[in-house]
Amino acid sequence: MRDQGLYETKYEHDACGIGAVVNIAGTQDHSILEYGKQILINLSHRGAAGSDETTGDGAGILFQIPHEYFLAECEGLGLALPEPFGYGVGMVLGPRDAELRGRCEQFLEESLDYYGLKPLGWRDVPVSSECLGKLARAAEPVIRQIFVVGLPEGDAASAPLRGARNEGRERGHDTLATQEFERRLFLARKRAERFVSEKLGEKAEDFYIASLSCRTICYKGMFMAWQLFAYYPDLADERVRSALAIVHQRYSTNTFPNWRLAQPFRCIAHNGEINTLSGNRNHMRAREPEMASPVFGDDIRDVFPVLVPGGSDSACFDNAMELLVRSGRSLPHAMMMMIPEAFGAKYHISTDKRAFYEYHSSIMEPWDGPAAMVFTDGRLIGGVLDRNGLRPCRYLVTTDGLAIIGSEAGVVEFPPEKIRVKGRLRPGRMFLVDTAEGRIISDNEIKSKIVRQKPYRRWLDENRIELRGLFDAPKLVQSDPLTIARRMRAFGYTREELRMILTPMGINGQEPVGSMGNDAPLAVLSERPKLLFNYFKQLFAQVTNPAIDPLREGLVMSLMSFTGKKGNLLDETPQHCRQLKLPHPILTNEDMERLRSVRRGDFRVVTVPALFEVNALSGGDGLRRGLDTLIAATEQAIREGASLVILSDRDVSATHAPIPSLLAIAAVHHAMLNKGLRHEAGLIVESGEPREVMHFCLLCGYGANGINPYMAFESLDQLKQQGELAAEMEPVQIADNYIAAVKKGILKTMSKMGISTLRSYCGAQLFEAIGLDREVVETYFTGTSSRIRGIGLEQIAIETLERHRSAFQTRLAAAMDLDFGGEYHFRHSGERHLWNPTTVAKLQHAVRSNDPACYAAYAKAINDQAKSLCTLRGLFEFTHAEPVPLDEVEPASEIVKRFCTGAMSHGSISKEAHECLAVAMNRLGGMSNTGEGGEDPKRYQPEPNGDSKNCAIKQIASARFGVTIHYLANAKELQIKIAQGAKPGEGGQLPGHKVSAEIAELRHSTPGVTLISPPPHHDIYSIEDLAQLIYDLKAGNPGVRVSVKLVAEVGVGTVAAGVAKGNADEVLISGHDGGTGASPLSSIKHAGCPWELGLAETQQVLVMNGLRDRIRVQADGQMRTGRDIVIAALLGAERFGFGTAALVTFGCTLRRTCHEGACAFGSATQDPELRKRFAGKPEHLQRFLYFVAEEARQIMAELGFRTIEEMVGRSDRLRMHKALSHWKAKGLDFSAVFHRPDVSDGRAIRCVVPQADRLADHMDWEILKQAEGAIERTEPMRIQMRIRNVNRTVGAILSNRIVRKYGPKGLPDGTLEVVLEGSAGQSFGAFLAPGVTLRLIGDSNDYLGKSLSGGRIVVQTPLNSPFMAHENIIAGNTLLYGGTRGEVFINGMAGERFAVRNSGVTAVVEGVGDHCCEYMTGGTIVVLGQTGCNFAAGMSGGLAYVLDEMQLLDTLCNLDMVELETVWQEADKALLYELIERHLEWTGSERAKYVLKAWPDMVGRFVKVIPIDYRKALERMRAVEQRDTETTPATEEVFHG
Amino acid sequence: MGELKGFLKYERQEVGHRPVEERIHDFNEIDLPLTPDAIRKQAARCMDCGIPFCHGAGCPVSNSIPDMNESVYKGQWEQACRILHETNNFPEVTGRICPAPCETACTLAVSDHPVLIRHIEYQIVEQGFQEGWIKPLPAARKTGKRVAVVGSGPAGLAAAQQLARAGHSVVVFERDERVGGMLRYGIPDFKLGKHILDRRLEQLRAEGVEFQTGVEVGKDISAHYLRKMFDGICLTMGARQPRDIAVPGRELGNILFAMDYLTAQNKLCAAEALGDIPRITARDKVVVVLGGGDTGSDCVGTARRQRARKICQLEILPKPPESRPEDTPWPMWPRMMRTSSSHEEGCERRWSVQTKAFGGHRNGSVNELHACEVEWTNVNGSWKLAELPGTEFTLQADLVLLALGFVHVVHEGLVKDLGLQLDAKGNVIADDYQASEPWVFAAGDTISGASLVVRAINSGREAAAAMDRWLRQGLPTR
Repeated sequence: MRDQGLYETKYEHDACGIGAVVNIAGTQDHSILEYGKQILINLSHRGAAGSDETTGDGAGILFQIPHEYFLAECEGLGLALPEPFGYGVGMVLGPRDAELRGRCEQFLEESLDYYGLKPLGWRDVPVSSECLGKLARAAEPVIRQIFVVGLPEGDAASAPLRGARNEGRERGHDTLATQEFERRLFLARKRAERFVSEKLGEKAEDFYIASLSCRTICYKGMFMAWQLFAYYPDLADERVRSALAIVHQRYSTNTFPNWRLAQPFRCIAHNGEINTLSGNRNHMRAREPEMASPVFGDDIRDVFPVLVPGGSDSACFDNAMELLVRSGRSLPHAMMMMIPEAFGAKYHISTDKRAFYEYHSSIMEPWDGPAAMVFTDGRLIGGVLDRNGLRPCRYLVTTDGLAIIGSEAGVVEFPPEKIRVKGRLRPGRMFLVDTAEGRIISDNEIKSKIVRQKPYRRWLDENRIELRGLFDAPKLVQSDPLTIARRMRAFGYTREELRMILTPMGINGQEPVGSMGNDAPLAVLSERPKLLFNYFKQLFAQVTNPAIDPLREGLVMSLMSFTGKKGNLLDETPQHCRQLKLPHPILTNEDMERLRSVRRGDFRVVTVPALFEVNALSGGDGLRRGLDTLIAATEQAIREGASLVILSDRDVSATHAPIPSLLAIAAVHHAMLNKGLRHEAGLIVESGEPREVMHFCLLCGYGANGINPYMAFESLDQLKQQGELAAEMEPVQIADNYIAAVKKGILKTMSKMGISTLRSYCGAQLFEAIGLDREVVETYFTGTSSRIRGIGLEQIAIETLERHRSAFQTRLAAAMDLDFGGEYHFRHSGERHLWNPTTVAKLQHAVRSNDPACYAAYAKAINDQAKSLCTLRGLFEFTHAEPVPLDEVEPASEIVKRFCTGAMSHGSISKEAHECLAVAMNRLGGMSNTGEGGEDPKRYQPEPNGDSKNCAIKQIASARFGVTIHYLANAKELQIKIAQGAKPGEGGQLPGHKVSAEIAELRHSTPGVTLISPPPHHDIYSIEDLAQLIYDLKAGNPGVRVSVKLVAEVGVGTVAAGVAKGNADEVLISGHDGGTGASPLSSIKHAGCPWELGLAETQQVLVMNGLRDRIRVQADGQMRTGRDIVIAALLGAERFGFGTAALVTFGCTLRRTCHEGACAFGSATQDPELRKRFAGKPEHLQRFLYFVAEEARQIMAELGFRTIEEMVGRSDRLRMHKALSHWKAKGLDFSAVFHRPDVSDGRAIRCVVPQADRLADHMDWEILKQAEGAIERTEPMRIQMRIRNVNRTVGAILSNRIVRKYGPKGLPDGTLEVVLEGSAGQSFGAFLAPGVTLRLIGDSNDYLGKSLSGGRIVVQTPLNSPFMAHENIIAGNTLLYGGTRGEVFINGMAGERFAVRNSGVTAVVEGVGDHCCEYMTGGTIVVLGQTGCNFAAGMSGGLAYVLDEMQLLDTLCNLDMVELETVWQEADKALLYELIERHLEWTGSERAKYVLKAWPDMVGRFVKVIPIDYRKALERMRAVEQRDTETTPATEEVFHG
Repeated sequence: MGELKGFLKYERQEVGHRPVEERIHDFNEIDLPLTPDAIRKQAARCMDCGIPFCHGAGCPVSNSIPDMNESVYKGQWEQACRILHETNNFPEVTGRICPAPCETACTLAVSDHPVLIRHIEYQIVEQGFQEGWIKPLPAARKTGKRVAVVGSGPAGLAAAQQLARAGHSVVVFERDERVGGMLRYGIPDFKLGKHILDRRLEQLRAEGVEFQTGVEVGKDISAHYLRKMFDGICLTMGARQPRDIAVPGRELGNILFAMDYLTAQNKLCAAEALGDIPRITARDKVVVVLGGGDTGSDCVGTARRQRARKICQLEILPKPPESRPEDTPWPMWPRMMRTSSSHEEGCERRWSVQTKAFGGHRNGSVNELHACEVEWTNVNGSWKLAELPGTEFTLQADLVLLALGFVHVVHEGLVKDLGLQLDAKGNVIADDYQASEPWVFAAGDTISGASLVVRAINSGREAAAAMDRWLRQGLPTR
């Protein structure tokens, strides 16, 4: 499928289940394949099917060449195979057209021949196509194997095996000869691929060589797991033997049949997502001119392009990996380069290892993003996890010498006594088996060997250049106060920016926070000259990969980079790190002086002016000439040996205007890439333009290695002199604060994409352009999406010149030096806003007095944007058809049922406002949304007057506040909030002083204790995780509808397709302009795109994939009028959300201080005084929505539609406003937005069928049957069953049944005990209700005890297991996530993020991984063994006791919010003793016995972890209790404390 | 922003007035300014709204009110003074006499008392003069264009200042002996001391504005002359045609237009010759003011200071409600009961009263007024008036002041000579301040009919900008 409409193939994602199996001793056996098959089948739920439900997204297996089998098979074909490793096998997928295939195969044979290899012959691989799904079958290729031998020894002289010494007769796996053979096969394959694509083009795109090796072979295709083995009878043949195999099950976001995207690739299988791909691609291209290797010689040209065009992230990773390995680095070494572990100061790692990573960071940027990889070269096989460890990877080793790695535990079942070790891969760590040596090699051993193979540390010490110390003492750069205002104007500075952006950054070292959505026009629709930065929108991760928490998990992140001349990738020399090391990309004015004064032979710095002449005839031409000059000057500087080039606009003058800095850097970056010079020098931007976080992110994203924002520093200096900044602050401190704020902002922006290091962010271009002409984008921002075109160089020049003119022409006396701006706050002379005094007042008057005329005036003011454009839809107009009489259009009372209110939590808004929304929507039959703050169960009961305050939609957000089984059971719809328009990819924080008793109760936390919402859902790191959460929620309330809230950005359509495949019933596309209670201003302004684009793309992609029939689509984001909803419907929406407008009807006037809690209208505040002022009434909102519906009806009548349903997806009825004369907007082109995919096969363009019911085979149905007595009659009961990893979310349906009958209190404790043996699937015991004990004998996967709601979970190591329970992994990652109450006893170790955001569960565990107790707000955790790093990050409440035998906890703990102390108070001792005793009782734990036996001695080794906030809150509460003043709620103290 | 929750912490503090007993014996200003500390607290009440309705819906000159408040709160008075002067040429005038639609549009006014915006403005500009921050701002470069401004009221002065600052040579023609128009002659000294005006005129002169007083264009000099001597002219003569009342007895003596009455007192205060204006004092008279607006109120205060025996003010419209009525919701200017300082000084007020006739002495001057009460009913959205039978009454009236508003610009003379088109109401038609003759611009009441001073200032500023654009066509860029 090609790009069409708004769909772009490059935004496809996939994720999956992976596995590997190996006989450690290297013994080949057919059972290895059988295990592979089992792994795949047991991971089926991690894959997905297409719209026909029978076409899998892909599955495959990579294993050793089955020599015996091929020998026999080839004999039948008359081919004589030599000894193993003496021949290679190619697995070739070819086009079905025989002639075309013949030509492809010929290219392959010729290429082999070129490399001195001889094709023996071809074998048609037997296949059974009948097992395939419809879509897969339609795209089925012809699959053939080619057998290749090296030239006979005698001929070796004519084509010597380079680098190979003659190893005699030895033909082993890893001899130099086989290495050379592999290398030639690699080169031949690359050559053939290149020829086919060059000579035959697109028609031969089905030609694909899955593998070509003398060691391994790969069988794969568009399968569901079971189909792989059914399709290839080869795999079932007993003679097919291997010692190892890696398998992969794919879940892609599309349903387009594409066989080549199935995994494994030639050496890896990947679960996760490489977010930095576009940067990696560019960097790889930049390296190609420098690349050289003695093993390739001139043939290296056959390797280019290294990364196959159009390949997926995993495919590219494999390409790069292959190159590194084939050129001589070992497989683990290459892995360490591409997925380096974090080596920041907080990690306990050796200096050599740190040096290794630092050295390599001067050569290659990380391939960043969540990644669990399994890899093999036929001898070594292993797995590796990226630094964040966000993908699960478990392994076990059996007593028979088998090792199994997989995404889940229990994928292959073994009796407990046969399991020697159970473990998990830890972040950044590697698990490796060498089948030749027949052993497992530990992470430490592999790495310590590699990091010492060269003297990396010495090389670094001797060559690395650092900014401080080496050069002359700093000189202060004087700013010129006389011209500062003029220069500020030239760069478009406004007073508002100084006040709202720079001042807070200088004072607090933080990016400023704002609230409510953005209602100012897009840059391309603004009449004012906009900085080029404003034409870009940040991309962010949603669903397909997780955002990172840059605050609480900042230890994995780094802004360090090397810049200068880059060395040859395929080599390692000391000179490689002869580069400037920058701790972060911001350079001060003094730093620039230092750089400029460098006088070194091997490190030269050259400055080139980034300016253009003002008096050129045409602005656009002048700018183009300026760019050409800049590029030429840079090229010359580099060719003359510059290591750093500074692009500077310091010399702006009356005759010379600055080239927009972003354009300058992007143009130079791409020009140097094209000329093969980009890696010859670093590029530094010295510009007066950048000042806010977005600017720096863009500059880095488009190739800047360092940035000096000199005007920002001068402005701060001026603010200081004017007394705007605190008097006692030193200028140095202000500059430091500012830099700190920028750094945090860059980290935050990177983290939104799930990227950890600036090195891989740099040049990654993670933005989309809105309103830029394609020519500009293709020339200067190559690879960026710009879907609606827009302005070209001409208009960019006009904008720049307008600023320049306003700076250099005489200004009217009495005018202020700078304009106000009005970008954030409305000003008469400033930027336009759709919410302005007129619209707000008119809307309020209309709903107060129920005045349709007044509403009409309001709607006109909003809709009529012909002259003052604000939104894209403002530029649309309807194409008319035969009207229908108004009374034939469905009534407003039906239309309002499609309306929802936005997710505003009780917490972000007051109780009064929250309930008012619910009452209004329930009266209308629409839906209100709880937001992420939970809901008071009292509201589930109807009011005496018949009103209901129960929100129909209950939101599930990343912090899981208030999410209990009772909450789930009382919802009509459950909404998973993946992202929020105002701050997609970011978390939030409710400071302690805002957590009143009321809020704390709803959120199951402690009054006065800060509540943090993490940026990602810690149970959604990938698309298959989302499918799992959807499954969990449906189990928690069978029959409920699940919706997924996404934010519009390029690629959202593909994500929506993945969501549809994940069984969601609705997807909500939010515009970038949606409101917020608090969000960084840069996020409000610069992240995400308008819903018009996101919605249209979603509609198109869902229809293209044939998935639109099963999922409803909702749109929201600054919806204000009936026209808005008609346009949304035409673009594909069936439901519509209102947020800000609803609040405005209640009295909100957009003061925009929601984040301060000082709302003067009692809406966005918890202050009792202010809440009294709330004057909104449900009627106000009801009237408004009726007005909207009536307005929509009128438009519908004019357009000839009788129902909303008829309108859905009819984008053919929209066109661009014809009479558009706006100087910027006239370049826009919406044809891609209005594009409609081909539906000639009659496929649906709106939701017509429900999603498939996937709960049918849920284990709980059986439990319910057996436990009837317990549930119906509360009879104590114990039942026993077996469990497997495919039994997911056990206990949720059961719990739903219980709370429905008994309410949140559930059953009496001890009523029902379910004993399960085996490996439990994901989300074991999720939402478990009180009265139920799940006892698991075996082990469990991720998400155990998710949102535990009062039940008890016991996980026991089987009695006959030979290993020490407390040293083995018995449970996966992210346990007890959001648990509110209950108990958990785990007789073994758990993985990462144990008890994350726990708010009330008591748990005992015998060891944990990293980030334990993260974001915890309540509950008690006892850890009887080792912990990973970052313990208690963001922990604001609850207690943890850790048995700290090594006395290292203080180094592993994140001490930002907690204090450590010994357990000395009697109450603590008693509690701890009791918990351990109970642990022993429930699990029979040896560890507990050991601790209790020596209790007086052991108790001293426990460390108590208590959050500072929490301790204070507890003390206050205690004090209040003691005072016995029942009338004063405790929080009043807290609140004012 | 001031303080985050300043509006909860501090209450609005009204500006005090000198005691009635003291102030009615002179014509000096009556306001008692707040102390700096009190002002800071008042500024702290500002919420720095995302949509500042004060600025966006209330203030006709779009003063950047939140920014001024913030600067005052931070003690940055000079900055506040600059911000204020960016949008308002004469804040010392509006700071005293503006009815402050900003305050009724203040977001706090929805459920609380608004920020004390007008008085903060007053304080800023007074501080500015005191500290010498308000200096002449002459244009850096002259354009060589000559413009005439006809009329020196608020619109004319604002236009003149803006044009001069833009580099044009400006001559202001004023019919009266002194500059200021309505500001000087219409507003009593107790509301706006005339030294305040002179202080500002100094600045205008220093910026190059030339004033020619005692020159009535259309009479003393011709339109033709202007055409020859100037590149363009701006008409800012106000809407001086007063609304009259046609009832029996109107021809009697001591029935005056309010403006003549107020002008006389202003001239007396300034020791100016009265010219052809009759010199009539309210001393010991029973004064009846017809018209319940601000001019009427000024007449009341003036009559009180002239020691009138009794003052009665009659209004034909019904008595407005005490609080904001539904038909003028926030942020609109509410039609509600307002009591001015002059009313506090003693005056009987009656509403829904229609004057039927005047009765007079034999000497020809008025001595009584016959009136009746009326009822207003809303018929299909428009208000209809009906006399209430049996409510006729008679008041003693030795002096009747007609404060019934103005109809439009005076047509006789210049307007006719220029041959300008007029709208249905009699105002000069202007498109972007350009009249039907391209070289003629017009602003203020001349094009809009009588309105607020602050609107006139804004109109003058905008006309100047439009005229500047027009004059600059063909000139090299600055």
